[in-house]
Amino acid sequence: MQLTELRIAGFGGQGVIMCASVIGRAASIVENGYATMTQNFGPEARGGACSAQLVLSPTPVLYPYVNKADLMVLMSQEAYVKFAQDIKPGGTLIVEQDLVRVQGLDIPDVKVFAIPATRIAEELGKKMVLNVVMTGFFGAISQLISRESLRKAVLDSVPAAFAELNGKAYDAGYEYGLKHMQSGALDLGEEDPVTITE
Amino acid sequence: MTHADPVGVLTGAHFLDGDHAACEGAICAGARFSAGYPITPSTEVVERFSHRAPKIGATFIQMEDELAASIAILGAVWGGVKAFTVTSGPGFSLMMEHIGYAVMTETPCVFIDVQRGGPSTGLPTLPAQADMMQVKWGSHGDYEIIALCPNSPQECFDLTIKAFNLSEKYRVPVFVMMDEVVGHMTEKVVIPRAEEIEIEPRHFTTQDKSSFQLYAPVGEEQTPEMAKAGDGYKVHVTGLTHDERGYPNMTPAVQERMVKRLVTKIRDNAEKICITEQNEVEGADVVVVSYGITSRVAQRAVEMARAKGLKVGTVRLITAWPFPDHVIRAIAPKVKGFVVAELNLGQMVREVERSVAGKCRVAHVGHAGGTVHKPEEILKAIEEVAR
Repeated sequence: MQLTELRIAGFGGQGVIMCASVIGRAASIVENGYATMTQNFGPEARGGACSAQLVLSPTPVLYPYVNKADLMVLMSQEAYVKFAQDIKPGGTLIVEQDLVRVQGLDIPDVKVFAIPATRIAEELGKKMVLNVVMTGFFGAISQLISRESLRKAVLDSVPAAFAELNGKAYDAGYEYGLKHMQSGALDLGEEDPVTITE
Repeated sequence: MTHADPVGVLTGAHFLDGDHAACEGAICAGARFSAGYPITPSTEVVERFSHRAPKIGATFIQMEDELAASIAILGAVWGGVKAFTVTSGPGFSLMMEHIGYAVMTETPCVFIDVQRGGPSTGLPTLPAQADMMQVKWGSHGDYEIIALCPNSPQECFDLTIKAFNLSEKYRVPVFVMMDEVVGHMTEKVVIPRAEEIEIEPRHFTTQDKSSFQLYAPVGEEQTPEMAKAGDGYKVHVTGLTHDERGYPNMTPAVQERMVKRLVTKIRDNAEKICITEQNEVEGADVVVVSYGITSRVAQRAVEMARAKGLKVGTVRLITAWPFPDHVIRAIAPKVKGFVVAELNLGQMVREVERSVAGKCRVAHVGHAGGTVHKPEEILKAIEEVAR
């Protein structure tokens, strides 16, 4: 694992913080790296903007905040508008395909990957697990943490009664990611990414 | 020293924020009572404690205000348990009276202050380190306290245990001076097994009931023993100037004897109490002094300076009070200067200047709070002092 700065953002209720927490747990507890997570607070319990910053590193993390991110996971249009311009050149952007329209992004060499995480979660029977679908997708795309470590961190983070559902959600996201990687990153120059649907 | 009660010790590796870690530290230290008037960014400490309390035989009371919270914990301590409260700037201001009462009555207790931007309501959700002088001087009269400054969730856990231990040993209120970043930052926190956690127990007296004096100092620490409620000892606790029996005696002679002991029990043991973390101080031209979250940001600046070939050392204040005069005094004649970085407009820097006593330069990198320093700001000061 190399020093990687991440931002994960969406609206409250999507499980943004849990998604970041699972990745941090996988990196620092299941694997032997270091992870520091900070989060932005709003007064809203649901529906408001929600954002987490995560620094992964092979050595102890000093500076806790993320100014420019190597990788972003954005799950709402509001989050996209607010944060997308802070991706590093050559960085990676992962979006919730049905909730984010990627447009006007003028940072060089950003690789964009999209997944209809909410729809996949609904197909699995519970919309709530969209963040776990997203975590799986992130794992496959980023290849920062092993598939097994990240899966263990998911299962360690959810109540035992929901382990099976979350395991399925994680696998679905991961498989979608593997498939998507083979087809290559989205080319922003050519077409509106919203047309990338199954 | 004894070991932690295994009840409530969540041995293992966790991904916790500093507030939650501090709560687990309090539980491991044996705290079984907390009263609070929750305030951002400290709320999560007692939120967690209130969830954990029923399972570990503890009590949490949400009080009507900070005055009530800070006096309830003192009552609980005299009732026989270990107790703490948590707050942030506006609440801390309201607790000052009972901090003085805890000092005067030598009540061992812990206050956790998760610092946010002030003055007044200030910045509820954003960091500062601007209560550092208030914690030492905020209550009236002459007194000494102990204050610790964690820079990670792991240290929020470790130093909260340390705070309880010191409070029992010296019978003073001990303060865990967190900041919003450390409180809300989530990292790996390892909780050891109960038998690996050292605990200073309450020193209950076994002296003869007829001759026991509640405030007669015992041993090197010059601290009295406590009477266990219900054991049949005569107990009189007052905020008035009191003699060794605890009875009010408002004469200059008793005032002199009592207040001097309250102060010297900490000052005479300061070198034993103080913890600092020193790195590459030997041979350094510039030494950066910082604490809490700023110590991590400063470390990045120090690494940038070293990459430019500068000889930079660091002193991290883990104990802010009593201030480690002896550490700064020993370094001052050997360096060009100190750089003091903190999230306030000039607080602990005064202590550094006092200890340096003109022997070298002292540069301050202040910040009004709301976020952390940019490492470049600290780097600039290092370069100026090194010149």
